[in-house]
Amino acid sequence: MLYIPGNNPAMIQQGGVYGADSILLDLEDAVALNQKDAARTLVRNMIKVVDFYDAEVCVRVNHLSTPFGLADLETIVPLQPSAIRYPKTESAEEVAELLKIIERIEDRHGLPHNKMTLHAMIETAMGVQNVFNIASMFRRVDAITIGGQDLTADMNIVYTADGVGIDFARKRIVMAAKASHIDVIDTVFPDVNDEEGLRRETEYAKKIGFTGKAVINPRQIDIIHDVFTPTEEEIRKAYHIVKEFRMNTAAGIGVFAIDGKMVDAPVVSRAEYILKLANVTVG
Amino acid sequence: MLNSLGREIPEYIEGIGKLEPFQGALAKLRKGWMSEPTIPAPNRAYLPHQSKLCKSLEEAILRSNPHNGMTVSFHHHLRNGDILLVQTLTILHNMGIREITLASSSLNECHDPILPYLKDRTVTRIFSSGIRNQLGRAIALGILDTPVVIHSHGGRVRGIHTGKIKIDLAIIPASAADCEGNATGSHGKSAFGSIGYAVIDARYAKEVIVVTDNLVDYPCIPLSISQNFIDHVVVVDSIGDASKIATGTTRITKSPMDLRIAKIAADVIEHSGFFVPGFAFQVGAGGASLAVAKFIREKMKTKGIKGSFMLGGITSYCVDMLNDGLFETIFDVQSFDAVVSNSLLNNRRHIEIPAALYANPFNCGCITNKIDVVVLGALEIDVDFNVNVITGSEGYIRGASGGHSDTASGAKLTVVVCPSFRGRIPIIKKRVHTIVTPGETVHVLVTERGICVNPMFPELEENLKRAGLNVKDIHDLEIEVDKITGIPGPLEYTDKIVGIVEYRDGTIIDVIHQIKEK
Repeated sequence: MLYIPGNNPAMIQQGGVYGADSILLDLEDAVALNQKDAARTLVRNMIKVVDFYDAEVCVRVNHLSTPFGLADLETIVPLQPSAIRYPKTESAEEVAELLKIIERIEDRHGLPHNKMTLHAMIETAMGVQNVFNIASMFRRVDAITIGGQDLTADMNIVYTADGVGIDFARKRIVMAAKASHIDVIDTVFPDVNDEEGLRRETEYAKKIGFTGKAVINPRQIDIIHDVFTPTEEEIRKAYHIVKEFRMNTAAGIGVFAIDGKMVDAPVVSRAEYILKLANVTVG
Repeated sequence: MLNSLGREIPEYIEGIGKLEPFQGALAKLRKGWMSEPTIPAPNRAYLPHQSKLCKSLEEAILRSNPHNGMTVSFHHHLRNGDILLVQTLTILHNMGIREITLASSSLNECHDPILPYLKDRTVTRIFSSGIRNQLGRAIALGILDTPVVIHSHGGRVRGIHTGKIKIDLAIIPASAADCEGNATGSHGKSAFGSIGYAVIDARYAKEVIVVTDNLVDYPCIPLSISQNFIDHVVVVDSIGDASKIATGTTRITKSPMDLRIAKIAADVIEHSGFFVPGFAFQVGAGGASLAVAKFIREKMKTKGIKGSFMLGGITSYCVDMLNDGLFETIFDVQSFDAVVSNSLLNNRRHIEIPAALYANPFNCGCITNKIDVVVLGALEIDVDFNVNVITGSEGYIRGASGGHSDTASGAKLTVVVCPSFRGRIPIIKKRVHTIVTPGETVHVLVTERGICVNPMFPELEENLKRAGLNVKDIHDLEIEVDKITGIPGPLEYTDKIVGIVEYRDGTIIDVIHQIKEK
């Protein structure tokens, strides 16, 4: 998920060419206070004309407590991007209020309520505490994300490269997403020149359950893809497991072994997830 | 008359002579020999222990029979740090010498100070592989009566063999030399690496001056240039600005766009059918082109592929790949940074080669004929895959033919990498302003918005599509980009020809017209 400042036309123009799965046009932190109106107008116009190819387009709006949040929604919701990303989400009540506003705008424009989704950003201690309700109570919330920099600021701690300060939050947010069967996206890695550090952090994020990671520079995309894309060996193994599972199921056998290791439902489920990621079907 | 690419070429140009239209990349080579006779190289005689040392560049020039209408040659291995070309022309100007033909293997921004000498007719003709900045602008606006001749690196050697470029005086800066003129660029405070482009000048010029800021005890080794071709040796305080000649190591670009294009190009190479053990590889020194080497290096390591040789303009990145054992050999005609000079001096698998061996089409086989994969840039490319690397979008001369057409002609796979637009200017055109490299020698274009395969190579297209790469018809990509940028209005030219672009075989592939000044 590639962040692009909403006030930079050249970067928006090129947003779709870098291979990101999702483009995040940012009206919030990347845009200075005196540029907010211009950025909103620019993003509105660019969404209409720019071809982002296969990438999903999301827009991060300003929080409704700011003077810009409502105007952002009034401008962006009628365009129905893939998703609205809402910053500093702290409670289910807040999401309910936000959705009411969004749906009111959609009604005014004759738009359905089931097309555009909502990504809730968890960036405060309160948000972390309430994350399960935020993730689980709304059909339109299909992803939650963690905002590392704002969260550490809210916790009055320093953001460190080892991520120790936000580790609990990361894991709690992942668990809430998993329990709600929605995607969970890790925070950005701020040092664009540290490729090794980015790879380490991404591998960790994957290991604890994140399904993707946000980036602030297109140069970071390949490493994220590299980490999250299953290896050829993983795909072969998964294919073998699923194929064997189907054959055994047809023969009425529930649990079986491959190379001496027991294969049961959780193993099959993980194998199916790998094949889904790799876009491979078992014939 | 029209050449085979449909460009109108005059039959004769005053000051240049009769022109032969381009008829195809290999048309003239198929004969098996060069039609034009080769002129004999001059021979001189020196007495035992006769001194070649001169007190100053002025003295050496005075001893070299300076005269009106003479041709003076230079090499461009000092890149933008060269000071001797301007110094030499200033000396000749002060001596009252007029109507000089300047034959520098390339011209850079550092040569802008000679502009007044073009205005006052001290210099009236230019042969070069590249012209940039103020000189390129002034020439495009018509400052010279006789068109400049743009040649390739290989074509320059051919031009000297045939006498089209008849050098009266060659000035050869060297970072180390001895009293007899044995010279090299591989060591010394102003080291610049290979001196490959100057070897032909030393052999064919009537008078040759080696200029160095590092006179070493006899003999200076390696003998990149050998004493039997050198008339005079001059020691100066400095041959150029060391910080602009070669510094440190070449860094891979951090531009996300260049890296993206390079990554796609590396994928193209991987799936082209030519990424096999023993492959020979050449990349440019900058931007996306060099970045391709980064991704190819990773792929070679992952797949356990070891290549044969790297060729051409050599960067520290190429040296790293040699030291990693990814390639057996480097053939170095031009070096781009200080690390390369050290490697050239100390690694016997890093071999200095002259321009003739690099790219001259008329011999028993230049090394460009052995390239498997070359990655090249472009200022513009058209829907017939013809490439312009010499004139900019405003019509000024601002680039270099260099080894572009030489390597494209020899490679089994020529990959052109460039963004689909720069600023607001589309790079893919229906027709490029100036053709330097013919489309028949370009296999594939890689941009950030798609890969276009020359329809002459359907098997390549099939391979790339099978690998799931984003292959598009070049006409479709042109339309897609035009929708983003709009179509720029046409440039306004006059009938005056200010430059002719020679293909490597000596035929004329295109001409450059004078731009109307706004």
